[in-house]
Amino acid sequence: MKQQEKKTKVLAVASGGGHWIQMLRLRPAFADCNVSYVTVNEGSKVDVPNSEFYTVKDGNRDTKLSLILMAFRILYIVLRVRPQVVISTGAAPGYFACRFGKLVGAKSLFIDSVANAEEMSLSAKLATSHANRVFSQWPSVAKSSGVEFHGSVL
Amino acid sequence: MIFATVGTQLPFDRLIKTLDNWYKNQSVSKCFAQIGPQGEVPQNIPYAPTLTPLQFAKHIAECKVIVSHAGMGTILTALRYRKPIIIMPRLALHGEHRNDHQLATVANLEGRTGIHVAQNEAALVDKLRHFNSLKASKCVSNCAEPKLLSAISDFMKTNEKELNYA
Repeated sequence: MKQQEKKTKVLAVASGGGHWIQMLRLRPAFADCNVSYVTVNEGSKVDVPNSEFYTVKDGNRDTKLSLILMAFRILYIVLRVRPQVVISTGAAPGYFACRFGKLVGAKSLFIDSVANAEEMSLSAKLATSHANRVFSQWPSVAKSSGVEFHGSVL
Repeated sequence: MIFATVGTQLPFDRLIKTLDNWYKNQSVSKCFAQIGPQGEVPQNIPYAPTLTPLQFAKHIAECKVIVSHAGMGTILTALRYRKPIIIMPRLALHGEHRNDHQLATVANLEGRTGIHVAQNEAALVDKLRHFNSLKASKCVSNCAEPKLLSAISDFMKTNEKELNYA
């Protein structure tokens, strides 16, 4: 009998609130994968009870120290999980995950939040230099920023 | 019940205060507000700074209408549970967010069934007056567009070459 093909290891990274809810709406695309989730709220574990789950402390451009701590924590998670694919719906944790994913040979996709209807977020702009692919969820933003549009979570 | 929520990160006193003042002068319905960390405490409405996901889900299930900042998390939750939602954008000029992306959100979502935009406090009061007749979205929506899901599946299957954008 043919041995079962090994499932693709995916690291799915999103900060809290809308970023996390957008990630949950992508789950049908991960049906045949082995997914580890990373987000900022411990309570979000209830949304993905059967998957590996990590949290990072939240941070943004205004909280530099928490950003540095977040970067180290993401680096640790990436080295531990050793994903083949990194997928993020933003923001800062996703940027770091795309960046560090390269260290373990993972390809990465950064999907900018649907909240950014007129301009890409800072983390998405930064991700264009590190992620293999970047999607905006608005055609006009994708066009003006030179990234891809393939529909939205709405 | 009216359920007001401002997300987990920042307070949104302008929204809560408007709801609080409106609620004081009418006796129609129950109301509960999640006001965010360091949010100004309302005088007439029961409130909590933050809610656990389970408490949040309970309020969503029980409410007749959601009143919210223009955050995508709450908007997507409203569509998923088919609740009408009134959204008011946070403005950077009042220190309510780091930038004005919520203005873009409301501009692009206005007119969708189930999403009711209030640009300011006066418009919010106007929507609240008719909260019983606000429409919800037509159907339950709980995952992304098929087009996006298949683009992600394709990305996982194909061999990616070098960076495309740098």
